Amino acid sequence: MKESVVMKIHYGTALGAVFLTVIHILMRMTQDFHESLEFENVLANYEMLGYAILLELLLILVSVHGFNGLRVILLEIKQGPTYEKAVSYGCVAAMAILIAYGTRTILMAHLGMV
Amino acid sequence: MSSVSQKVSEERSQTIVSSTKSITLRIKRSNPTINSEEKFDEFIVPIESWTTVLDALLDVKSHLDHSIGIRYSCRQASCGSCGMKINGRPALACFTKISELDTDSITVEPMDNFPVVRDLAVNFTRLINNHKKIMPYVVSKDSEITPGEGIKESLQTPDDVEKYIQFSSCIKCGLCNSACPTMAMDTSFVGPQALAQAYRYIADTRDKGKKTRLKIIDESHGIWRCHAAGSCSQVCPKGVDPAMGIQMLRSYLLGIRD
Repeated sequence: MKESVVMKIHYGTALGAVFLTVIHILMRMTQDFHESLEFENVLANYEMLGYAILLELLLILVSVHGFNGLRVILLEIKQGPTYEKAVSYGCVAAMAILIAYGTRTILMAHLGMV
Repeated sequence: MSSVSQKVSEERSQTIVSSTKSITLRIKRSNPTINSEEKFDEFIVPIESWTTVLDALLDVKSHLDHSIGIRYSCRQASCGSCGMKINGRPALACFTKISELDTDSITVEPMDNFPVVRDLAVNFTRLINNHKKIMPYVVSKDSEITPGEGIKESLQTPDDVEKYIQFSSCIKCGLCNSACPTMAMDTSFVGPQALAQAYRYIADTRDKGKKTRLKIIDESHGIWRCHAAGSCSQVCPKGVDPAMGIQMLRSYLLGIRD
């Protein structure tokens, strides 16, 4: 993939994540802040389909942005074809694992399995 | 032999007699081909209000230590040979007046981000290779001179010229690459000098190599590794703004500009 395409995704995911985080924080205002962080209320958020989708999107955007950022930092620290390939594939794999694990958590909470 | 000694002696005495002030010049010495030892040698140099750092270095080289390794040529900020770190900041020695530094002690070191050849002279291979990589020439099938048809001019309006003219002032002195924080970390980074030159030719209305050049700089150690620190533009002795050129190139790649 061309680096400019990767960076467009990087900038796009940053903007998207900021937008969704704002909605996520605004949702705290629907009730008292401390109350909104109680276990039952947090679970109730996951059980709402719209909120679960928001959290899933946030997870994907933050993971893609974060792991690409990590890849860029690691590529600047050291250079070399083998190292660069390992960093790129390693970051994609770590991102996929994190998204899979987070999705599992969101699904379990949404389906009332927690 | 005696006439040479006498001449040197006269030069020195003339400088001292007409001088009103002296400064301490600290020169970083090293020779990586022999060992990794680095040290600073100190010299007391008489100066005048017009004395440049290069003048002071050449004074030391002529009278006190002939072995100082330094590269220089034009003495008028045109050739880009005498780039070095002067009191921690990359600058041309011939373009830096000692009186303007406003200090009695001047430390000169070789430029950062370049391998040292000896003392203040550095190796420009990486800069030149990156410069060549971005095709630093106008790419066009139309020739200004066609056999049998005479000379055809490629006309440009003043506005066309304005788009790239500041970037054509680059003298390849390497100060921008020396000041760049990414160059210090990423040994494969193309660098602000080459990127500014890529923009210089892409912005030229006569050039048809935009697509190829954008492809060259759009790679993992290309334009996207710039952190927009802006230090390249701060140190350029010719008023080139590589940081702006890099942002312009990014806008082409992001599709903001055509």
